[in-house]
Amino acid sequence: MSATASRPLSPPSASELQHRRVVALVGPPNSGKSTLFNRLTGMRQKVANYPGVTVEKRHGVARLRAGREIEVIDLPGVYSLSPRSEDEQITHDVLKGKVEGVPKPDAVLLILDATNLSRHLTMAAPIISLGLPTLVALNMADDLARRGGSIDVNALSQRIGAPTALISAKTGEGLQPVEEFLDGKLGAPPPVQLPVLQDVPACHAWATDARTRAGYRPPAPPHWTRRLDGIFLHPVWGPLIFLLVVVAVFQTIFTAAVPLMDGVEALISTSGEWLKAALPDTWFRALLIEGVWGGVGSVIVFLPQILLLFVFIGILEDSGYLARAALIADRTMAKVGLQGKSFIPLLSAYACAVPAILATRTIENKRDRMATILIAPFMTCSARLPVYTLIIAAFIPEQPVLGPFLGSRAAMMLALYALGFLAAVATARLLKSSILESVRTPFMLELPPYRMPTLRSLGLRLLDRSKVFLRRAGTVIMATTIALWALASIPLVNGEPPPIEESLAGTIGRTIEPLVAPLGFDWKIGIGLITSLAAREVIVGTLGTIYGMEADEGSVALQEALRQDLDLGGAVALLVFFAFAMQCMSTVAVVRRETGGWKWPVIQFSYMTALAYVAGLAANLIFS
Amino acid sequence: MPAVSQSSLADLKPGVQGLIERLDLPEPDARRLMELGFLPGSHVQLSRRSPFGDPSVFRIDDAEIALRRETAVHILLRSES
Repeated sequence: MSATASRPLSPPSASELQHRRVVALVGPPNSGKSTLFNRLTGMRQKVANYPGVTVEKRHGVARLRAGREIEVIDLPGVYSLSPRSEDEQITHDVLKGKVEGVPKPDAVLLILDATNLSRHLTMAAPIISLGLPTLVALNMADDLARRGGSIDVNALSQRIGAPTALISAKTGEGLQPVEEFLDGKLGAPPPVQLPVLQDVPACHAWATDARTRAGYRPPAPPHWTRRLDGIFLHPVWGPLIFLLVVVAVFQTIFTAAVPLMDGVEALISTSGEWLKAALPDTWFRALLIEGVWGGVGSVIVFLPQILLLFVFIGILEDSGYLARAALIADRTMAKVGLQGKSFIPLLSAYACAVPAILATRTIENKRDRMATILIAPFMTCSARLPVYTLIIAAFIPEQPVLGPFLGSRAAMMLALYALGFLAAVATARLLKSSILESVRTPFMLELPPYRMPTLRSLGLRLLDRSKVFLRRAGTVIMATTIALWALASIPLVNGEPPPIEESLAGTIGRTIEPLVAPLGFDWKIGIGLITSLAAREVIVGTLGTIYGMEADEGSVALQEALRQDLDLGGAVALLVFFAFAMQCMSTVAVVRRETGGWKWPVIQFSYMTALAYVAGLAANLIFS
Repeated sequence: MPAVSQSSLADLKPGVQGLIERLDLPEPDARRLMELGFLPGSHVQLSRRSPFGDPSVFRIDDAEIALRRETAVHILLRSES
């Protein structure tokens, strides 16, 4: 399968001997690039962002059979190298060695979909013309053969002037030449005359000629895909199945995740108890248990839900259904100035804004992506539920609203969901008609053939996302909870932590009391608002600490205590405040990471807090 | 510009093949579409409309690509193919 070695191999240069060989992976979207990257690097990969931009930087180490280690850079999926989008700019700059902190690649591995060569081969011209040693890997060989297509790789290799291999990243077949190439031991055919790169039709003609001379027989159309699309995009069945998928995702993350979350919670509290028993009673133990265990634990509890959500997104994406869902949702999303690809991230945000923001990576249009990131935290995430449950139970008497079908409490909960959704829609409209107005880039969505998702790819995806989430919980959240714990524990009175109202947190609470009083809150709620900056549900535990009682959202004593300090206006104001405010450090941190700076999270936080304050004020005036 | 309105991708009927003449779009958008296969001289077919009527799925070079109507009207077809 490998190409003929008609050019002598050059001996390794001095620089090659010094640093680890670096190979860049390039290819259009849906060419199986990530699958190959995962196969080559396995678990030895790192994900970060390129400095200053939202583009994800994936690095991994491929260990060759001989034991040699090669660094592999997985570049964003692009159709060309003309630097227009951020993705293309990064790909272009990395290949030219212009990105700080990223070594200039020694070689390029171009991955094309062998079943889609009519379009993909065009991309070979700009890549080969970079002058770096290039292997053109024609992926999905298994698909090509099964559907009756074929190509003479040696002939193609001669026509395009680069070694060519027919591989299947999914099954692992044909990877021998790829290994040799990574090792720098694969020869190359003599170079050929390439077309003018700016001229897309010329590149296309060049690719058509090369393909024809290599005897490319395109595969039969994917009959299964056409047939499935007949169902999934059917005028009646399509939307119905779409709805069913949405409901199934919702049901699973809200019901199936519960026992898992309870399990994690039990694990955290048991280990906390164990630690408490094992350690001497010092300030350090208090810090560890109340600060670290309590704070980080309250966030880790959401891990099962987040992972389940990512299993779903993974299955939807890998199977090809996600593109169809985006197509169905596009019409509706267009009404608020967004597009179909924003739908899944916004749906995910009902569980948690953090994975939702990570899921916006599938939106290529940067402004649409930014708008989606900015509105995602308005969706009613599960961290708001304990707060809503507590306040509603304390202040809203249960009475039928719609006969036996809907009680007043459930109606209030639904109203809060609707409130968040409306705020998101209004904000999207506002953004898209002002600072994020798109220079109307056309909506283009490729519908890939349906494929069976593999466990391996799902597993790696989960591993990747849990790492991102846990790293966040272990850094930002831990730092915040420790800081809050410290504020609540100083100044020491006779070597003991002070009562909460005399602590620094209490002082701050009382200082901001005039600020929150118009909303109907006293200093206790004020402290709760401060501590819940770490994560919304933290307010429940804080109020418990302040009132000196064991607290969860079902606590009757806590509800009783709250009724002493809040009137109905204040209670509704508190609900509204939590519906709108960005009380979540993880979200702030992930937005900073995904937007490449502090600008957007600061704007978002200020906007949401201002909106929450004004709406809370209005609620207090209306309901008092 | 021709006096009579020229037919575009948005006028295609399901299963009927059209021949692209030119792309009446600003350079970056036209380039992107061309990279996806919407090149002058290429044959294109309406595969299906999405359930709510827009966007539509077009088959070009054996790939299926969805475009909104607002984009499709700017991809002009040769009147007689």
